[in-house]
Amino acid sequence: MTTVDRPTPPVRTHKAERTWVGKSIRRVEDPRFLRGRGGYVADLVLPGMLHAAVLRSPHPHARIVSIDTSRAEAAPGVHAVVTGAQAAELTDPLPDFGPNPAAHTWRCLAVDKVRYVGEGVAVVVADDRYLAEDALELIDVEYEPLPPVVDPLAALADDAPLVHEPLGSNCAYDRTFEFGDVAGDFERADVVVTDQLRWHRSGGQPLETVGAVAEHDPATGGFRVHTNSLSFTSYLFMVATALKIPANRLDIVPMPAGGSFGSKLFVTKPLVIAAMCARLTGRPVRYLEDRVDNMANCDHHGSDRHYDVRMALTRDGKITAIDIDTVDDYGAYIQFGVGHHGNALAQVVGPYTIGSVRYRVRAVLTNKNQQGAYRGFGSEVNNWMLEQMVDKAARELGMDPVEIRRRNFIRSFPHFIPTGNVYDSGDYDAVLDKTLELGRYEHWREVQEQARAEGRYIGIGLITAQERSVFSATEFWFWFDEPGAPVTSMPESVTLKVDATGAITATLYSCAFWGNSPETMVAQLVAEEFDCDPHDVSVVYQSSKNGLPATGPGGSRTTVMLAGAVEGASAKIKEKARRAAAHLLEADPDDLEWRDGGFEVRGVPEKRKTLSEIAIMLHLFKHSFDEDVESGLEESKVFDHPYTTMPSADRKDLGVFYPFMGHACHLPVVEVDVETGVVTFLDYAAVHDCGTLVNPRSLAGHIQGGTAQGIGTALYEEFVYGPDGQLQTTSYLDYPIPTSLEVPELKIGHVETPSPWTPHGIKGGGEGGRMMAPAAINAAVNDALAPLGVRITELPLTPDRIRAALRAAGHGS
Amino acid sequence: MSTREITLTVNGRRTTLSVEPRKLLVDVLREDLGLVGTHIGCEHGVCGTCTVLRDGRSIRSCTTFAVQADGADIRTVEGLAQGPELHPLQEAFWEKQGLQCGYCTPGMLMRCVEILERDPDPTPQSVREQIASNLCRCTGYATITEAVCAAAEVMRSGARAGTEVAS
Repeated sequence: MTTVDRPTPPVRTHKAERTWVGKSIRRVEDPRFLRGRGGYVADLVLPGMLHAAVLRSPHPHARIVSIDTSRAEAAPGVHAVVTGAQAAELTDPLPDFGPNPAAHTWRCLAVDKVRYVGEGVAVVVADDRYLAEDALELIDVEYEPLPPVVDPLAALADDAPLVHEPLGSNCAYDRTFEFGDVAGDFERADVVVTDQLRWHRSGGQPLETVGAVAEHDPATGGFRVHTNSLSFTSYLFMVATALKIPANRLDIVPMPAGGSFGSKLFVTKPLVIAAMCARLTGRPVRYLEDRVDNMANCDHHGSDRHYDVRMALTRDGKITAIDIDTVDDYGAYIQFGVGHHGNALAQVVGPYTIGSVRYRVRAVLTNKNQQGAYRGFGSEVNNWMLEQMVDKAARELGMDPVEIRRRNFIRSFPHFIPTGNVYDSGDYDAVLDKTLELGRYEHWREVQEQARAEGRYIGIGLITAQERSVFSATEFWFWFDEPGAPVTSMPESVTLKVDATGAITATLYSCAFWGNSPETMVAQLVAEEFDCDPHDVSVVYQSSKNGLPATGPGGSRTTVMLAGAVEGASAKIKEKARRAAAHLLEADPDDLEWRDGGFEVRGVPEKRKTLSEIAIMLHLFKHSFDEDVESGLEESKVFDHPYTTMPSADRKDLGVFYPFMGHACHLPVVEVDVETGVVTFLDYAAVHDCGTLVNPRSLAGHIQGGTAQGIGTALYEEFVYGPDGQLQTTSYLDYPIPTSLEVPELKIGHVETPSPWTPHGIKGGGEGGRMMAPAAINAAVNDALAPLGVRITELPLTPDRIRAALRAAGHGS
Repeated sequence: MSTREITLTVNGRRTTLSVEPRKLLVDVLREDLGLVGTHIGCEHGVCGTCTVLRDGRSIRSCTTFAVQADGADIRTVEGLAQGPELHPLQEAFWEKQGLQCGYCTPGMLMRCVEILERDPDPTPQSVREQIASNLCRCTGYATITEAVCAAAEVMRSGARAGTEVAS
């Protein structure tokens, strides 16, 4: 029997009256972006800067027999040509959180063989990008093609060609976890629903690619690198290792990202390539991926899963157990390990009181670009799988999709799910009620019935699903019995400075800006603490060298973590200011209260000092105070993950690792043209609960924008690899991203159930609509096609797939 | 490589440049003229991130050679704000949150300038149809449509919207 210690943090009391937190305000970041002055990595020009371009493999799997760079080296404007073998001398392997990095070694350029179409084999550094690309064409590479490993199921066969010979298998990870009495629950079940599902790979595809500008200092051997990928800030020592320098010789300067959606999470390859080339040439070097690099070689394709699932239920629709077997096609490398499945296990039972879970995951390596992060990080796939199963069960039991969900909702919090993770709070009925009303569920059911009578196929999708937020890094290592590690704190830090005039500057220590709004959010939180206008707060980003501990965005953690850091730093500032004010007012510090931007003697409002009055004294007239008071008014807070616990030794309980649980209900209404397979939206309602809202319109932006991406995932976007291993979708003509004509305007609603354990009760919500939309749209299409006996379990639902399913069911030719 | 002399009028300012015939207009704007507000997205003419106006019509500057624009009047995002005062479209994008990461924004703004110059009073549906030329990966477009309609109203009334807030 597994015993698990489940301490919970103290429950917070949240302030009832708030001035700025919860108010929709214009973002403080926007004026510079609106003027085209965003300061992206491509905009940075340094004196003497050279440009790098990478030669990509045309083969999915081939031995590199020889590379002749002599013609390229002699080309005009070329300063250096580096092959993969040379790069392996100049750099060490890239940081890798995978199961067995020594056996699936990942480098900035391929060394002796290429493992996917697009993998880099050489880099040219030249005076400009045109000349660098000219020279790429003069590099002669002789390849010996090898049979490609494309299908992940075939890759598991004993006689399959190996992507990494030292691994001895294409299966990088295989383990089955059991949480609760799965066998017993299935034995006792009245009904067992089974299915196979298939989620194909897509990706974030931000309109700005990833890049870096590197400067090398030969005097110290160190680097200063400007890049638009700087997350996992506390892990940058690993990047220094790849460059073979001490960590204190690396300074990484964060630059705003023109979108990420996860795909700029800890991207080290462009940074290492640029730095390597800067050291070699003695000049600053820019390496910025072009679009084909980003589509074929970005290390951040999304999940690519096959599922075999069984669900156990009672006759009246109560779900008791779920048994999930998934094969995930990771591509040629596995940088983030199977952390994607940690994300799934954080909320594997959705909002339902499912009592036991079996979860088998096999991570398979194939000749494709590797998986990284895409908004949801694998939990959005679990949402889709689970909601598909719930809908199938409802259909088999003759229940309404609303009814089966209500029958299974968790209603008591905090709730520990079978995997050990906790759901802090929620009100799933309230979210569902609001969605049904906003989305006019009954109305659309009537319309649907009339339409069916006219031979039209309207479908209503209804899903209720989770959005976990604020990960703990245990989910990257609890897969293994050894090495064990303590829980990781995953901190985030803020420094607040009140200058001599009383103006406030906040300094942040991780990724600059990803299209989210850290500056607005921090400005609002600071304004809430100090009763100022958020637009008067200045927010700056520190480079890594002088940085405090930080982790960076990912897993919807930024708002909660920065809120904790702002709260902590503000408390320290206020404590110093209180003592100073007490001294100036000749009052007892305990008699002072903070009110409207200053400290005053309780009950004596005329005896007061504003923050500005206190600040100027502390900055310029320190000798007015006691000996132990130092000049200035600046404080920092390193805020650690507020609630994470150890997994049990036998891994039958994974501990608390993703505790702040958001929830949403999506209700799209679609019409499917059965002649063409085209899906159009008639309506779309979405209600999210991410705890206390900070800037409601920012969250609405994540819901609308995330849903647009989810529409891409559900209907259009797929990185298609042919049976020959060629990537067939290397442009936006072949990889269609939704335009304004494909995205409906959502009816958005909010419910707020505060977290008991975070500042103000905030939960993360940045992954927004993409957590829900693929599941919801698939449900809507299946609902539309139900009268034809068609149910599709494969995304994206392209017109081809819809037509094929209709033909298979005997409808049309 | 040989170069050719071209003349461009960019945001009202006439410039003569010597460029390689193969150099793309977007690279000339960004590198030769330092106007880095025009961004590069897909590099094959689909996403519209690099949109600028040539003689009042939107073009993809990533698939246009600079020599093809010889003699043309070019407008970019840098020409929109007048000193501290934002253009009504920029104001409306800010007010309605018609941007998140800001990367598609300059191209989207220039496309919207063209839309409103052709039709000062477009319906939301017409805006939706016309901005389908430009991809935005962040917003889901709804707030952009709203912003364009709001800006149109302000521009029709001849008023300049709002006041500048320090950036």
